[in-house]
Amino acid sequence: MNKAKQLFAGLFLMALGLGTAQADYTLNLMKGVTKVSNDIYDLHMLILWICVLIGIIVFGAMFYSIYHHRKSKGHVAAQFHENTTVEIIWTIIPTLILVGMAIPATKTMLELNDVEKSDMTIQVTGRQWYWDYKYLDNDLHFESHLDEASERVHRTKGADPRSVPNYLLNVDKPLVIPVHKKVRFVLTSTDVIHSWWVPDLGWKKDANPGFVNEAWTSVDKAGTYRGQCTELCGRDHGFMPIVVIAMEQPDYDAWVKKTLEDQKRKPDLSDQSRQQLMAHGESVYLKNCVGCHQIDGAGVSGLIPALTGSAIATGKWESLDGFLRAGTSKMPKFDKLNAKEFAEVMTYVRNNLGNKVGDELQPKQTALPDDDDE
Amino acid sequence: MSAVVDEHDHHADDHHDHGPAKGLLRWVITTNHKDIGTLYLLFALAMFFVGGTMAMVIRAELFEPGLQFVDPAFFNSMTTMHALVMVFGAVMPAFVGLANWQIPLMIGAADMALPRMNNMSFWMLVAGVLLLASTLFMEGGAPNGGWTLYPPLVLQPITVGKALPFAIFSVHLLGISSIMGAINIIATIFNMRAPSMKMMDMPLFVWTWLITAFLLIAVMPVFAGAVTMLLTDKFFHTSFFNAAGGGDPVLYEHIFWFFGHPEVYIMILPTFGVASTIIPVFARKPLFGYASMVWATASIAFLSFIVWAHHMFTVGMPIAGELYFMYATMIIAVPTGVKVFNWTATMWKGAMTFETPMLFSIAFVVLFTMGGFTGLMMSIAPADFQYHDTYFIVAHFHYTLVPASVFILMAAGYFWMPKWTGNMYNEKIGQLHFWLSVISVNILFFPQHFLGLAGMPRRIPDYAVQFADWNMISSIGGFIFGASQLLFLYIVIDTIRGGTGEKVTDEVWEDAAKHSLEWTLPTPLPYHTWTTPPTVVPTEHVLDSH
Repeated sequence: MNKAKQLFAGLFLMALGLGTAQADYTLNLMKGVTKVSNDIYDLHMLILWICVLIGIIVFGAMFYSIYHHRKSKGHVAAQFHENTTVEIIWTIIPTLILVGMAIPATKTMLELNDVEKSDMTIQVTGRQWYWDYKYLDNDLHFESHLDEASERVHRTKGADPRSVPNYLLNVDKPLVIPVHKKVRFVLTSTDVIHSWWVPDLGWKKDANPGFVNEAWTSVDKAGTYRGQCTELCGRDHGFMPIVVIAMEQPDYDAWVKKTLEDQKRKPDLSDQSRQQLMAHGESVYLKNCVGCHQIDGAGVSGLIPALTGSAIATGKWESLDGFLRAGTSKMPKFDKLNAKEFAEVMTYVRNNLGNKVGDELQPKQTALPDDDDE
Repeated sequence: MSAVVDEHDHHADDHHDHGPAKGLLRWVITTNHKDIGTLYLLFALAMFFVGGTMAMVIRAELFEPGLQFVDPAFFNSMTTMHALVMVFGAVMPAFVGLANWQIPLMIGAADMALPRMNNMSFWMLVAGVLLLASTLFMEGGAPNGGWTLYPPLVLQPITVGKALPFAIFSVHLLGISSIMGAINIIATIFNMRAPSMKMMDMPLFVWTWLITAFLLIAVMPVFAGAVTMLLTDKFFHTSFFNAAGGGDPVLYEHIFWFFGHPEVYIMILPTFGVASTIIPVFARKPLFGYASMVWATASIAFLSFIVWAHHMFTVGMPIAGELYFMYATMIIAVPTGVKVFNWTATMWKGAMTFETPMLFSIAFVVLFTMGGFTGLMMSIAPADFQYHDTYFIVAHFHYTLVPASVFILMAAGYFWMPKWTGNMYNEKIGQLHFWLSVISVNILFFPQHFLGLAGMPRRIPDYAVQFADWNMISSIGGFIFGASQLLFLYIVIDTIRGGTGEKVTDEVWEDAAKHSLEWTLPTPLPYHTWTTPPTVVPTEHVLDSH
């Protein structure tokens, strides 16, 4: 009931042209936090008001006519059928309006396109179904997956999405950028076409496999900005969000330092309890495997093999390990996982999802001879 | 021209003896334009409900956040198949059905120019759509890469199972069917007009279909070529769209939209023609600006070939491309505006009555214009960097397709069914159908503007909770709209079976015979009409060209 009232209030305010009525449901485009996004917002409002104005005139004339020029009121039809002057006017005026619109639109388009003189560059790679960020000016490189809470809820029938903060719009590792710096993005993909969109930055850009696109932003205000993939990229297209955190320069510098240290730290290869292995294994599974093989390991009929009862998953662990590292024509290789993650995820797959091999793999077992050198 | 007429005179007596063949076989072997028109229209109506059911599945899943009913891949199959079925199975065939019925009646021809090909193109359509529908039952499910079939997604073994080659062959069949239909329409209009009917005497419905037919012939082969390249990429190791082999996935997008943009106009130009036919009859006034309507249609058709990349502002184009496609797209607003102004001027100072066909036509003018407004907004390239691939564009193209094309098809049904069947439809139920449709279609699609602007991407099966309220409202509108269409089904069946029982005059609508030739024929229409071409053609609608 309350919801309904709020909605009506929203509709009413919208009708008055007051724009956003409630914080939780936006009716209009966001202004965003960059100069370009503000320019785009202004263009949007300008063209919207032009449309509203034309709409009032045209629909006004039409409804006046519908009300007054009806047979039931005894109105007799006039028989005019052309008027050159009028026809020229209503061709020229729209043309002039369009020229008027084209000028600011061109300016903003040129601005949006200008990737020159950037302060730093981040490579964004779309993958099924997560984003991979690489800071080209230092060695920062990480993947950004949908957060585990959303992952569990959207894969469980009957689970309540409202119980998860920022459901489907949260990630495990957000992209962090400094404010007031011109950040250039180079976007690409390794599988299918994705599109990287954060509304507050004002644009989206496709990530095309084999090609590189460029875009840029310069955020004015520190904060957390959320977006999503906007090009259909397969079954989990709806589940690869983007989170950008813009930080003041000192905070950003500290973040870079800490993240680089974390990145350099070697994985802890000490033995784990079965419980630990299974719990960690589930996290690894939810990030890397669940998109295709599903939360219950059942796969997808006709497209993706099940892990439950699979000969490869439940056979010798050494061959499973080799299989994961090499990949197949259908499955990407997972050599990016470290020995710890291999041990965890294999233990999980072999002793959950309906499988009961009963073994327990420790990181030291799955470590390759050169893992120590990394 | 005179040779054609002579021939008709010669055979006139034979024709009078032919009735329809007996039994069901009549519908299989028929070469009669009325029978084939009926087949097209009924098939389109059936597909409208099939595609509509898929839309109901989509709206049910989106009713609440979280996944309730379907798997994401099946959801993607639904959006893909909903689009393909509605475009190629419902809207396009419905307009071909109208063309089959109306063009010969309106230009005073005995039948279509190529009646056997007419039959073949209908049955090829059925084969194509059934083939497409059969993929729903295949291993791995129906195509789920979107109706645009973008590679590499549709070529991925983990995305599309066995369905791809069947979908591609289906597109080939549908393309051949459309091209044959288009050739037939062009041949009929150029060669079979009543001797005294000049091009600039033709009703606008005939004009718009003539232009649409050229668009079809121009772009269907392009689409067939694009999907054939998908086929060879998938099965014969070519790399047209595979970067690893020297190809480019964006090339497919260019080819697809070179087809795709004229394609969307193929679904709207005949709509303009029907609106320009219906509004003058119920305004009891000649159409305002006949000649400018013809030129506006031709300009829109021409422009449709040079604006395709406005579907691709965000794929990464050189700045010159972005700007060119923005300017070219903005220009479309001018001829489209002329049309809307002309319809308004046609109503101005008329003596209007508001029977169901007129109601649907007025709703078309208003709601199509809303779709046009959002189209104009999206032509602003930088703004499209926000709008693109969100629910804003879902709202936009549904406004131009549902309360535009589909409403006009409904209007055409109400307008001509009494003439075709000789029975009057139930006006009360017709009006109820209209009001339910026009209200629910806005509840369905208007909130999608807000969703898109607020940041909801299209083609997602589940969404963040801040989008929940508008999605629920949209779904409720969708269910009401879907249910309301059952009224139309009822009216069609009821009208065919006798309707109100009221006697229908030859003109059906007051003074309709002043506007177009079909109303001078007897009601109900005989199986063969215009075996002798009419000598006088009405010029009420074309006054300003004389």
